[in-house]
Amino acid sequence: MKPFDYRRATDPADAAALVADTPGAAFLGGGTNLVDRMKLGVAAPDMLVDITGLGLDEVEPLPDGGLRIGANVRNSDAAAHPLVRARYPVLSQALLSGASGQLRNTATTGGNLLQRTRCVYFQDTSTPCNKREPGSGCSALEGYQRYHAIFGASPDCVATHPSDMAVALTALDARAVVRDAAAERRIPVAQLHRLPGEAPEHDTVLSRGDLITAVELPAMPMAARARYRKIRDRASFAFALVSVAAAIERAEDGTVADVRIALGGVAHKPWRALLAEEALRGAAATDGAFAAAAAAELAEARPLPGTAFKVPLVRAAITATLREAAGGPPGRVPGKEEP
Amino acid sequence: MHTDITLTVDGHSRALRVDTRTTLLDALREHLRTTAPKKGCDHGQCGSCTVLLAGRRVVSCLILAAAADGAEVTTAAGLAPEGREHPLQRAFVDHDGLQCGYCTPGQICSAAGVLEEAAAGWPSAATPPGEPAEGQAVPLTDAEIRERMSGNLCRCGAYAGIVAAVGEAARAAEAADPAATEAQSGGAR
Repeated sequence: MKPFDYRRATDPADAAALVADTPGAAFLGGGTNLVDRMKLGVAAPDMLVDITGLGLDEVEPLPDGGLRIGANVRNSDAAAHPLVRARYPVLSQALLSGASGQLRNTATTGGNLLQRTRCVYFQDTSTPCNKREPGSGCSALEGYQRYHAIFGASPDCVATHPSDMAVALTALDARAVVRDAAAERRIPVAQLHRLPGEAPEHDTVLSRGDLITAVELPAMPMAARARYRKIRDRASFAFALVSVAAAIERAEDGTVADVRIALGGVAHKPWRALLAEEALRGAAATDGAFAAAAAAELAEARPLPGTAFKVPLVRAAITATLREAAGGPPGRVPGKEEP
Repeated sequence: MHTDITLTVDGHSRALRVDTRTTLLDALREHLRTTAPKKGCDHGQCGSCTVLLAGRRVVSCLILAAAADGAEVTTAAGLAPEGREHPLQRAFVDHDGLQCGYCTPGQICSAAGVLEEAAAGWPSAATPPGEPAEGQAVPLTDAEIRERMSGNLCRCGAYAGIVAAVGEAARAAEAADPAATEAQSGGAR
Protein backbone atom coordinates (compact mmCIF):
# COMPACT_ATOMS: atom_id res chain seq x y z
CA MET A 1 0.00 0.00 0.00
CA LYS A 2 1.30 3.45 -0.90
CA PRO A 3 2.09 5.69 2.09
CA PHE A 4 -0.51 8.40 2.73
CA ASP A 5 -1.14 11.33 4.99
CA TYR A 6 -4.03 10.89 7.44
CA ARG A 7 -6.04 13.97 8.48
CA ARG A 8 -9.01 14.29 10.78
CA ALA A 9 -11.60 16.77 9.45
CA THR A 10 -13.13 19.18 11.93
CA ASP A 11 -15.33 21.25 9.62
CA PRO A 12 -17.25 20.15 6.50
CA ALA A 13 -16.32 23.20 4.38
CA ASP A 14 -12.65 22.94 5.35
CA ALA A 15 -12.66 19.21 4.58
CA ALA A 16 -14.24 19.84 1.17
CA ALA A 17 -11.66 22.56 0.42
CA LEU A 18 -8.75 20.38 1.54
CA VAL A 19 -9.74 17.45 -0.68
CA ALA A 20 -10.58 19.74 -3.61
CA ASP A 21 -7.19 21.46 -3.38
CA THR A 22 -5.12 18.30 -2.88
CA PRO A 23 -4.67 16.02 -5.90
CA GLY A 24 -4.72 12.43 -4.66
CA ALA A 25 -6.82 13.25 -1.60
CA ALA A 26 -9.95 11.31 -0.70
CA PHE A 27 -12.57 11.37 2.06
CA LEU A 28 -12.54 8.45 4.50
CA GLY A 29 -15.85 7.35 6.04
CA GLY A 30 -16.18 3.84 7.47
CA GLY A 31 -13.53 2.68 5.01
CA THR A 32 -15.02 -0.77 4.42
CA ASN A 33 -14.68 -0.38 0.64
CA LEU A 34 -11.90 2.22 0.35
CA VAL A 35 -9.44 0.47 2.69
CA ASP A 36 -10.10 -2.80 0.87
CA ARG A 37 -9.39 -1.15 -2.50
CA MET A 38 -6.20 0.34 -1.08
CA LYS A 39 -5.08 -3.16 -0.03
CA LEU A 40 -5.87 -4.43 -3.52
CA GLY A 41 -3.89 -1.62 -5.14
CA VAL A 42 -7.04 -0.39 -6.90
CA ALA A 43 -7.00 2.87 -4.93
CA ALA A 44 -3.81 4.67 -3.91
CA PRO A 45 -4.68 8.01 -2.28
CA ASP A 46 -1.92 10.35 -1.09
CA MET A 47 -4.10 11.76 1.66
CA LEU A 48 -7.13 10.50 3.57
CA VAL A 49 -9.41 13.08 5.18
CA ASP A 50 -11.39 11.24 7.87
CA ILE A 51 -14.86 12.77 8.04
CA THR A 52 -16.31 10.52 10.75
CA GLY A 53 -15.63 13.17 13.40
CA LEU A 54 -17.85 15.73 11.66
CA GLY A 55 -21.10 14.61 13.27
CA LEU A 56 -23.53 14.20 10.35
CA ASP A 57 -24.70 11.11 12.23
CA GLU A 58 -28.34 11.91 13.01
CA VAL A 59 -31.61 10.64 11.53
CA GLU A 60 -34.02 13.58 11.71
CA PRO A 61 -37.63 14.02 10.58
CA LEU A 62 -38.17 16.81 8.03
CA PRO A 63 -41.03 19.29 8.37
CA ASP A 64 -42.78 17.93 5.24
CA GLY A 65 -42.99 14.41 6.67
CA GLY A 66 -39.76 13.26 5.09
CA LEU A 67 -36.54 12.14 6.70
CA ARG A 68 -32.94 13.30 6.66
CA ILE A 69 -30.23 10.71 7.22
CA GLY A 70 -26.77 12.09 7.95
CA ALA A 71 -23.91 10.91 5.75
CA ASN A 72 -22.09 9.39 8.73
CA VAL A 73 -25.08 7.38 10.00
CA ARG A 74 -23.90 3.78 10.01
CA ASN A 75 -25.84 1.38 7.80
CA SER A 76 -26.94 -0.68 10.82
CA ASP A 77 -28.25 2.40 12.66
CA ALA A 78 -30.18 3.56 9.60
CA ALA A 79 -31.70 0.09 9.12
CA ALA A 80 -32.80 -0.15 12.76
CA HIS A 81 -34.06 3.41 13.14
CA PRO A 82 -37.77 3.47 14.12
CA LEU A 83 -38.64 6.23 11.62
CA VAL A 84 -36.86 4.46 8.76
CA ARG A 85 -38.63 1.20 9.62
CA ALA A 86 -42.04 2.88 9.92
CA ARG A 87 -41.93 5.20 6.90
CA TYR A 88 -39.46 3.52 4.54
CA PRO A 89 -39.23 -0.19 5.39
CA VAL A 90 -37.90 -0.82 1.88
CA LEU A 91 -34.77 1.12 2.85
CA SER A 92 -34.33 -0.89 6.03
CA GLN A 93 -34.77 -4.13 4.05
CA ALA A 94 -32.27 -3.04 1.40
CA LEU A 95 -29.66 -2.09 4.01
CA LEU A 96 -30.13 -5.35 5.91
CA SER A 97 -29.76 -7.39 2.73
CA GLY A 98 -26.31 -5.93 2.12
CA ALA A 99 -22.91 -6.98 3.51
CA SER A 100 -22.59 -8.49 7.01
CA GLY A 101 -23.46 -7.29 10.51
CA GLN A 102 -19.86 -6.22 11.12
CA LEU A 103 -19.64 -4.25 7.87
CA ARG A 104 -23.04 -2.57 8.40
CA ASN A 105 -21.81 -1.42 11.85
CA THR A 106 -18.94 0.39 10.13
CA ALA A 107 -20.17 1.46 6.68
CA THR A 108 -21.79 4.88 6.39
CA THR A 109 -24.69 6.25 4.35
CA GLY A 110 -22.42 8.46 2.23
CA GLY A 111 -19.83 5.74 1.77
CA ASN A 112 -22.43 3.19 0.74
CA LEU A 113 -23.52 5.51 -2.10
CA LEU A 114 -19.92 6.00 -3.23
CA GLN A 115 -18.72 2.38 -3.00
CA ARG A 116 -17.31 1.13 -6.27
CA THR A 117 -18.16 -1.85 -8.45
CA ARG A 118 -17.08 -5.32 -7.36
CA CYS A 119 -16.43 -6.35 -11.00
CA VAL A 120 -13.67 -8.95 -10.61
CA TYR A 121 -11.55 -7.27 -13.29
CA PHE A 122 -11.84 -3.82 -11.69
CA GLN A 123 -10.56 -5.35 -8.46
CA ASP A 124 -7.70 -7.29 -10.10
CA THR A 125 -4.80 -5.03 -11.08
CA SER A 126 -3.32 -7.78 -13.31
CA THR A 127 -6.18 -7.48 -15.83
CA PRO A 128 -7.23 -4.66 -18.18
CA CYS A 129 -10.10 -2.48 -16.93
CA ASN A 130 -11.21 0.86 -18.37
CA LYS A 131 -12.71 1.94 -15.06
CA ARG A 132 -9.46 1.38 -13.14
CA GLU A 133 -7.09 2.30 -15.96
CA PRO A 134 -8.81 4.29 -18.74
CA GLY A 135 -7.98 3.01 -22.20
CA SER A 136 -6.70 -0.40 -21.06
CA GLY A 137 -9.78 -2.29 -22.26
CA CYS A 138 -12.70 -4.19 -20.69
CA SER A 139 -11.91 -7.74 -19.61
CA ALA A 140 -15.55 -8.51 -18.78
CA LEU A 141 -16.69 -8.18 -22.40
CA GLU A 142 -15.17 -11.61 -23.09
CA GLY A 143 -15.00 -12.77 -19.48
CA TYR A 144 -16.97 -13.53 -16.33
CA GLN A 145 -20.27 -11.66 -16.60
CA ARG A 146 -22.54 -13.02 -13.90
CA TYR A 147 -22.61 -9.74 -11.93
CA HIS A 148 -22.70 -7.48 -14.96
CA ALA A 149 -25.19 -5.19 -16.69
CA ILE A 150 -28.20 -5.61 -18.95
CA PHE A 151 -29.10 -1.89 -19.13
CA GLY A 152 -27.11 1.18 -20.14
CA ALA A 153 -23.70 -0.44 -20.58
CA SER A 154 -21.13 0.74 -23.13
CA PRO A 155 -18.41 -1.01 -25.16
CA ASP A 156 -15.99 0.37 -22.56
CA CYS A 157 -17.64 -0.92 -19.38
CA VAL A 158 -20.37 -3.40 -18.43
CA ALA A 159 -19.95 -3.18 -14.64
CA THR A 160 -22.82 -2.76 -12.18
CA HIS A 161 -23.20 -0.58 -9.10
CA PRO A 162 -23.16 -2.88 -6.06
CA SER A 163 -25.27 -0.93 -3.52
CA ASP A 164 -28.60 -2.23 -2.24
CA MET A 165 -29.28 0.94 -0.26
CA ALA A 166 -28.98 3.13 -3.35
CA VAL A 167 -31.63 1.06 -5.15
CA ALA A 168 -34.15 1.73 -2.38
CA LEU A 169 -33.18 5.43 -2.28
CA THR A 170 -33.71 5.67 -6.04
CA ALA A 171 -37.21 4.23 -5.75
CA LEU A 172 -37.94 6.66 -2.89
CA ASP A 173 -37.03 9.82 -4.89
CA ALA A 174 -34.25 10.53 -2.37
CA ARG A 175 -31.85 13.45 -2.76
CA ALA A 176 -28.18 13.56 -1.82
CA VAL A 177 -27.15 16.74 0.00
CA VAL A 178 -23.73 17.67 -1.36
CA ARG A 179 -21.45 20.47 -0.33
CA ASP A 180 -18.21 21.82 -1.73
CA ALA A 181 -16.00 24.46 -0.11
CA ALA A 182 -18.43 27.24 -1.08
CA ALA A 183 -22.01 25.99 -1.13
CA GLU A 184 -24.52 23.21 -0.63
CA ARG A 185 -26.64 21.63 -3.38
CA ARG A 186 -29.05 18.73 -3.75
CA ILE A 187 -28.80 15.97 -6.36
CA PRO A 188 -31.51 13.33 -6.86
CA VAL A 189 -29.93 9.96 -6.04
CA ALA A 190 -31.28 8.76 -9.40
CA GLN A 191 -28.96 11.29 -11.05
CA LEU A 192 -25.98 10.93 -8.72
CA HIS A 193 -24.47 7.93 -10.49
CA ARG A 194 -23.82 7.97 -14.23
CA LEU A 195 -23.76 5.49 -17.07
CA PRO A 196 -20.27 4.42 -18.18
CA GLY A 197 -20.28 5.79 -21.74
CA GLU A 198 -16.73 6.54 -22.76
CA ALA A 199 -15.62 7.56 -19.25
CA PRO A 200 -16.30 4.58 -16.94
CA GLU A 201 -13.64 5.89 -14.53
CA HIS A 202 -16.29 8.34 -13.32
CA ASP A 203 -18.93 6.56 -11.22
CA THR A 204 -20.84 9.71 -10.26
CA VAL A 205 -21.40 13.33 -11.28
CA LEU A 206 -19.44 14.53 -8.21
CA SER A 207 -16.08 16.29 -8.43
CA ARG A 208 -13.15 15.74 -6.06
CA GLY A 209 -13.93 17.66 -2.91
CA ASP A 210 -17.71 17.28 -3.21
CA LEU A 211 -18.79 15.96 0.18
CA ILE A 212 -22.11 14.16 0.66
CA THR A 213 -23.41 15.38 4.03
CA ALA A 214 -26.84 13.72 4.10
CA VAL A 215 -29.57 11.93 2.19
CA GLU A 216 -33.09 13.35 2.26
CA LEU A 217 -36.19 11.25 1.74
CA PRO A 218 -39.39 13.06 0.73
CA ALA A 219 -42.71 12.12 2.32
CA MET A 220 -44.23 9.24 0.36
CA PRO A 221 -47.20 7.49 2.00
CA MET A 222 -46.99 4.43 -0.29
CA ALA A 223 -43.38 3.94 0.85
CA ALA A 224 -44.71 2.57 4.15
CA ARG A 225 -45.67 -0.59 2.23
CA ALA A 226 -42.79 -0.60 -0.25
CA ARG A 227 -40.64 -3.73 -0.44
CA TYR A 228 -37.13 -4.80 -1.43
CA ARG A 229 -36.33 -8.17 -2.95
CA LYS A 230 -32.80 -9.36 -3.60
CA ILE A 231 -31.81 -12.43 -5.58
CA ARG A 232 -28.29 -13.75 -5.09
CA ASP A 233 -26.17 -16.87 -5.31
CA ARG A 234 -26.23 -17.56 -1.56
CA ALA A 235 -28.78 -16.68 1.10
CA SER A 236 -26.73 -14.02 2.90
CA PHE A 237 -23.61 -11.84 2.56
CA ALA A 238 -23.55 -11.76 -1.25
CA PHE A 239 -24.05 -9.06 -3.86
CA ALA A 240 -27.25 -9.00 -5.89
CA LEU A 241 -27.61 -10.76 -9.19
CA VAL A 242 -30.82 -8.77 -9.46
CA SER A 243 -32.74 -6.71 -6.91
CA VAL A 244 -35.99 -4.74 -6.95
CA ALA A 245 -37.30 -1.90 -4.78
CA ALA A 246 -40.96 -1.21 -5.44
CA ALA A 247 -43.72 1.01 -4.05
CA ILE A 248 -47.27 1.03 -5.35
CA GLU A 249 -50.45 2.97 -4.59
CA ARG A 250 -53.76 1.52 -5.67
CA ALA A 251 -56.75 3.72 -6.48
CA GLU A 252 -60.20 2.82 -5.13
CA ASP A 253 -61.11 1.16 -8.42
CA GLY A 254 -58.13 -1.20 -8.11
CA THR A 255 -55.99 0.50 -10.73
CA VAL A 256 -52.46 1.74 -10.13
CA ALA A 257 -52.53 5.37 -8.96
CA ASP A 258 -48.78 5.70 -8.50
CA VAL A 259 -45.75 3.45 -8.59
CA ARG A 260 -41.96 3.49 -8.12
CA ILE A 261 -39.65 0.72 -9.32
CA ALA A 262 -35.85 0.63 -9.11
CA LEU A 263 -33.52 -2.23 -9.98
CA GLY A 264 -30.12 -3.28 -8.67
CA GLY A 265 -27.46 -5.53 -10.17
CA VAL A 266 -28.41 -4.60 -13.73
CA ALA A 267 -26.61 -1.35 -14.59
CA HIS A 268 -23.72 1.01 -13.83
CA LYS A 269 -26.17 2.90 -11.58
CA PRO A 270 -29.30 2.05 -9.62
CA TRP A 271 -31.78 1.62 -12.48
CA ARG A 272 -35.05 3.47 -12.16
CA ALA A 273 -37.55 1.48 -14.27
CA LEU A 274 -39.39 4.49 -15.72
CA LEU A 275 -40.82 2.55 -18.68
CA ALA A 276 -42.34 -0.03 -16.35
CA GLU A 277 -43.74 2.72 -14.14
CA GLU A 278 -45.29 4.49 -17.13
CA ALA A 279 -46.85 1.24 -18.34
CA LEU A 280 -48.43 0.65 -14.94
CA ARG A 281 -49.95 4.04 -14.11
CA GLY A 282 -53.69 3.66 -14.60
CA ALA A 283 -53.45 -0.05 -15.35
CA ALA A 284 -55.10 -2.75 -13.28
CA ALA A 285 -52.96 -3.83 -10.32
CA THR A 286 -52.71 -7.46 -11.43
CA ASP A 287 -49.88 -9.92 -11.91
CA GLY A 288 -50.49 -9.74 -15.66
CA ALA A 289 -50.10 -5.97 -15.69
CA PHE A 290 -47.00 -6.17 -13.47
CA ALA A 291 -45.38 -8.68 -15.85
CA ALA A 292 -46.33 -6.57 -18.88
CA ALA A 293 -44.78 -3.50 -17.24
CA ALA A 294 -41.60 -5.46 -16.55
CA ALA A 295 -41.56 -6.57 -20.19
CA ALA A 296 -41.87 -2.92 -21.32
CA GLU A 297 -38.74 -2.10 -19.34
CA LEU A 298 -36.90 -5.20 -20.48
CA ALA A 299 -37.53 -4.34 -24.14
CA GLU A 300 -34.64 -1.90 -23.64
CA ALA A 301 -32.33 -4.55 -22.11
CA ARG A 302 -29.15 -5.43 -24.01
CA PRO A 303 -27.90 -8.47 -22.14
CA LEU A 304 -24.47 -10.02 -22.57
CA PRO A 305 -24.19 -13.78 -23.09
CA GLY A 306 -23.40 -14.10 -19.39
CA THR A 307 -26.25 -11.85 -18.21
CA ALA A 308 -29.09 -13.15 -20.41
CA PHE A 309 -30.41 -15.07 -17.38
CA LYS A 310 -31.20 -11.75 -15.71
CA VAL A 311 -33.97 -10.86 -18.19
CA PRO A 312 -36.51 -13.48 -17.02
CA LEU A 313 -35.23 -13.03 -13.46
CA VAL A 314 -35.98 -9.29 -13.51
CA ARG A 315 -39.43 -9.94 -14.97
CA ALA A 316 -40.30 -12.41 -12.21
CA ALA A 317 -38.73 -10.27 -9.47
CA ILE A 318 -40.58 -7.09 -10.50
CA THR A 319 -43.87 -8.99 -10.64
CA ALA A 320 -43.39 -10.62 -7.23
CA THR A 321 -42.19 -7.43 -5.53
CA LEU A 322 -45.06 -5.32 -6.89
CA ARG A 323 -47.55 -7.99 -5.79
CA GLU A 324 -46.14 -7.88 -2.27
CA ALA A 325 -45.98 -4.06 -2.15
CA ALA A 326 -49.61 -4.00 -3.31
CA GLY A 327 -50.54 -6.08 -0.28
CA GLY A 328 -50.72 -9.47 -1.93
CA PRO A 329 -48.93 -12.62 -0.81
CA PRO A 330 -45.15 -12.29 -1.07
CA GLY A 331 -44.85 -15.11 -3.56
CA ARG A 332 -41.58 -16.51 -4.72
CA VAL A 333 -39.40 -15.99 -7.71
CA PRO A 334 -39.79 -19.18 -9.74
CA GLY A 335 -36.75 -21.40 -9.54
CA LYS A 336 -35.15 -19.56 -6.63
CA GLU A 337 -34.85 -21.01 -3.15
CA GLU A 338 -35.05 -18.51 -0.34
CA PRO A 339 -34.40 -19.10 3.34
CA MET B 1 4.06 8.54 7.63
CA HIS B 2 3.42 7.77 11.27
CA THR B 3 0.87 8.80 13.86
CA ASP B 4 0.60 8.44 17.63
CA ILE B 5 -2.57 6.83 18.91
CA THR B 6 -4.07 5.44 22.09
CA LEU B 7 -6.29 2.38 22.26
CA THR B 8 -8.01 0.87 25.26
CA VAL B 9 -7.69 -2.86 24.62
CA ASP B 10 -9.54 -5.29 26.88
CA GLY B 11 -9.59 -2.66 29.60
CA HIS B 12 -5.94 -1.58 29.35
CA SER B 13 -4.92 1.78 27.88
CA ARG B 14 -2.11 1.38 25.34
CA ALA B 15 -0.19 4.15 23.56
CA LEU B 16 1.56 3.32 20.29
CA ARG B 17 3.05 4.85 17.15
CA VAL B 18 1.82 3.33 13.88
CA ASP B 19 2.36 3.81 10.16
CA THR B 20 -0.86 5.38 8.82
CA ARG B 21 -1.28 2.24 6.68
CA THR B 22 -1.62 0.01 9.74
CA THR B 23 -5.02 -1.58 10.24
CA LEU B 24 -6.57 -1.94 13.67
CA LEU B 25 -6.01 -5.70 13.31
CA ASP B 26 -2.28 -5.31 12.67
CA ALA B 27 -1.97 -2.74 15.46
CA LEU B 28 -3.53 -5.24 17.88
CA ARG B 29 -1.56 -8.27 16.72
CA GLU B 30 1.82 -6.91 15.62
CA HIS B 31 2.21 -3.86 17.86
CA LEU B 32 0.34 -4.84 21.02
CA ARG B 33 0.69 -8.64 20.78
CA THR B 34 -3.04 -9.03 21.33
CA THR B 35 -3.47 -12.14 19.20
CA ALA B 36 -7.06 -13.12 19.97
CA PRO B 37 -8.34 -11.51 16.73
CA LYS B 38 -7.05 -13.54 13.76
CA LYS B 39 -6.08 -12.56 10.24
CA GLY B 40 -8.00 -14.74 7.78
CA CYS B 41 -8.83 -13.07 4.46
CA ASP B 42 -7.73 -9.53 5.45
CA HIS B 43 -10.56 -8.20 3.21
CA GLY B 44 -13.57 -8.14 5.52
CA GLN B 45 -15.07 -11.31 4.13
CA CYS B 46 -14.27 -14.00 6.71
CA GLY B 47 -14.91 -12.32 10.07
CA SER B 48 -12.01 -13.96 11.94
CA CYS B 49 -10.67 -10.50 12.94
CA THR B 50 -13.98 -9.44 14.52
CA VAL B 51 -13.66 -7.32 17.68
CA LEU B 52 -16.03 -5.02 19.55
CA LEU B 53 -15.16 -1.37 18.83
CA ALA B 54 -16.95 0.93 21.28
CA GLY B 55 -19.19 -2.07 21.98
CA ARG B 56 -20.11 -2.82 18.36
CA ARG B 57 -18.84 -5.77 16.34
CA VAL B 58 -16.63 -4.77 13.43
CA VAL B 59 -13.99 -6.38 11.22
CA SER B 60 -10.70 -4.92 12.46
CA CYS B 61 -8.90 -5.63 9.15
CA LEU B 62 -10.77 -2.85 7.30
CA ILE B 63 -10.43 -0.16 9.96
CA LEU B 64 -7.29 1.97 10.02
CA ALA B 65 -5.63 2.12 13.43
CA ALA B 66 -5.34 5.90 13.02
CA ALA B 67 -9.12 6.13 12.60
CA ALA B 68 -9.63 4.13 15.80
CA ASP B 69 -7.52 6.51 17.91
CA GLY B 70 -9.01 6.84 21.39
CA ALA B 71 -11.41 3.93 20.97
CA GLU B 72 -12.24 1.10 23.32
CA VAL B 73 -11.56 -2.32 21.78
CA THR B 74 -12.75 -5.61 23.23
CA THR B 75 -11.37 -8.86 21.85
CA ALA B 76 -12.50 -12.40 22.62
CA ALA B 77 -9.78 -12.49 25.29
CA GLY B 78 -11.33 -9.57 27.12
CA LEU B 79 -15.04 -10.35 26.87
CA ALA B 80 -15.14 -11.77 30.38
CA PRO B 81 -13.22 -10.54 33.43
CA GLU B 82 -9.72 -12.00 33.61
CA GLY B 83 -9.70 -15.68 34.54
CA ARG B 84 -13.44 -16.01 33.93
CA GLU B 85 -15.36 -17.60 31.08
CA HIS B 86 -17.93 -15.69 29.00
CA PRO B 87 -21.21 -17.66 28.58
CA LEU B 88 -20.64 -17.70 24.81
CA GLN B 89 -17.23 -19.30 25.29
CA ARG B 90 -18.76 -22.01 27.52
CA ALA B 91 -21.56 -22.57 24.97
CA PHE B 92 -19.10 -22.95 22.06
CA VAL B 93 -17.23 -25.63 24.04
CA ASP B 94 -20.43 -27.40 25.10
CA HIS B 95 -21.82 -27.49 21.54
CA ASP B 96 -18.60 -28.26 19.63
CA GLY B 97 -18.83 -24.87 17.93
CA LEU B 98 -15.29 -25.25 16.61
CA GLN B 99 -12.74 -27.70 15.30
CA CYS B 100 -9.42 -25.98 14.57
CA GLY B 101 -10.45 -22.86 16.50
CA TYR B 102 -8.92 -20.26 14.19
CA CYS B 103 -12.22 -18.47 13.45
CA THR B 104 -13.51 -18.88 17.02
CA PRO B 105 -12.40 -15.57 18.62
CA GLY B 106 -14.07 -13.74 15.73
CA GLN B 107 -17.17 -15.95 15.94
CA ILE B 108 -17.47 -15.26 19.67
CA CYS B 109 -17.05 -11.48 19.36
CA SER B 110 -19.56 -11.47 16.50
CA ALA B 111 -22.01 -13.55 18.55
CA ALA B 112 -21.62 -11.12 21.47
CA GLY B 113 -22.62 -8.35 19.05
CA VAL B 114 -25.55 -10.41 17.77
CA LEU B 115 -26.93 -10.88 21.31
CA GLU B 116 -26.76 -7.12 21.95
CA GLU B 117 -28.26 -6.16 18.59
CA ALA B 118 -31.17 -8.60 18.87
CA ALA B 119 -31.84 -7.50 22.46
CA ALA B 120 -31.92 -3.88 21.24
CA GLY B 121 -34.62 -4.82 18.70
CA TRP B 122 -32.49 -4.50 15.58
CA PRO B 123 -34.17 -6.42 12.76
CA SER B 124 -32.21 -8.56 10.29
CA ALA B 125 -32.87 -9.72 6.74
CA ALA B 126 -34.51 -12.79 8.34
CA THR B 127 -36.96 -10.65 10.38
CA PRO B 128 -40.41 -10.18 8.79
CA PRO B 129 -41.07 -6.54 7.77
CA GLY B 130 -42.73 -4.63 10.59
CA GLU B 131 -41.23 -6.78 13.34
CA PRO B 132 -40.27 -6.41 16.11
CA ALA B 133 -42.50 -3.70 17.60
CA GLU B 134 -40.52 -0.70 18.84
CA GLY B 135 -38.76 -1.51 22.09
CA GLN B 136 -39.12 -5.28 21.67
CA ALA B 137 -36.23 -7.71 21.32
CA VAL B 138 -35.91 -9.99 18.29
CA PRO B 139 -36.13 -13.69 19.31
CA LEU B 140 -32.95 -15.41 18.11
CA THR B 141 -34.33 -18.34 16.13
CA ASP B 142 -31.91 -20.54 14.19
CA ALA B 143 -32.82 -18.63 11.01
CA GLU B 144 -32.03 -15.32 12.73
CA ILE B 145 -28.70 -16.64 14.03
CA ARG B 146 -27.67 -17.98 10.61
CA GLU B 147 -28.47 -14.65 8.94
CA ARG B 148 -26.82 -12.50 11.62
CA MET B 149 -23.67 -14.65 11.78
CA SER B 150 -23.20 -14.74 7.99
CA GLY B 151 -20.14 -12.48 8.24
CA ASN B 152 -18.18 -15.22 10.02
CA LEU B 153 -16.89 -18.15 7.99
CA CYS B 154 -15.73 -21.48 9.45
CA ARG B 155 -13.64 -23.59 7.10
CA CYS B 156 -14.01 -26.61 9.42
CA GLY B 157 -17.78 -26.36 8.97
CA ALA B 158 -18.73 -26.22 12.64
CA TYR B 159 -21.79 -24.15 11.75
CA ALA B 160 -24.36 -26.50 13.31
CA GLY B 161 -22.54 -26.28 16.66
CA ILE B 162 -22.11 -22.52 16.33
CA VAL B 163 -25.84 -21.95 15.75
CA ALA B 164 -26.65 -24.14 18.76
CA ALA B 165 -24.09 -22.34 20.94
CA VAL B 166 -25.33 -18.85 20.07
CA GLY B 167 -28.93 -19.97 20.59
CA GLU B 168 -28.14 -21.34 24.02
CA ALA B 169 -26.25 -18.20 25.05
CA ALA B 170 -29.17 -16.07 23.84
CA ARG B 171 -31.66 -18.08 25.90
CA ALA B 172 -29.37 -17.92 28.93
CA ALA B 173 -29.02 -14.13 28.61
CA GLU B 174 -32.78 -13.74 28.31
CA ALA B 175 -33.43 -15.96 31.35
CA ALA B 176 -30.87 -14.00 33.39
CA ASP B 177 -32.28 -10.59 32.49
CA PRO B 178 -35.67 -10.77 30.74
CA ALA B 179 -36.33 -7.04 31.20
CA ALA B 180 -33.18 -6.18 29.30
CA THR B 181 -34.28 -8.07 26.22
CA GLU B 182 -37.72 -6.50 26.27
CA ALA B 183 -37.11 -2.82 26.72
CA GLN B 184 -33.47 -2.24 25.94
CA SER B 185 -33.23 0.28 23.15
CA GLY B 186 -29.90 1.53 21.89
CA GLY B 187 -28.13 -1.17 23.85
CA ALA B 188 -26.06 -2.21 20.86
CA ARG B 189 -24.87 1.26 20.05
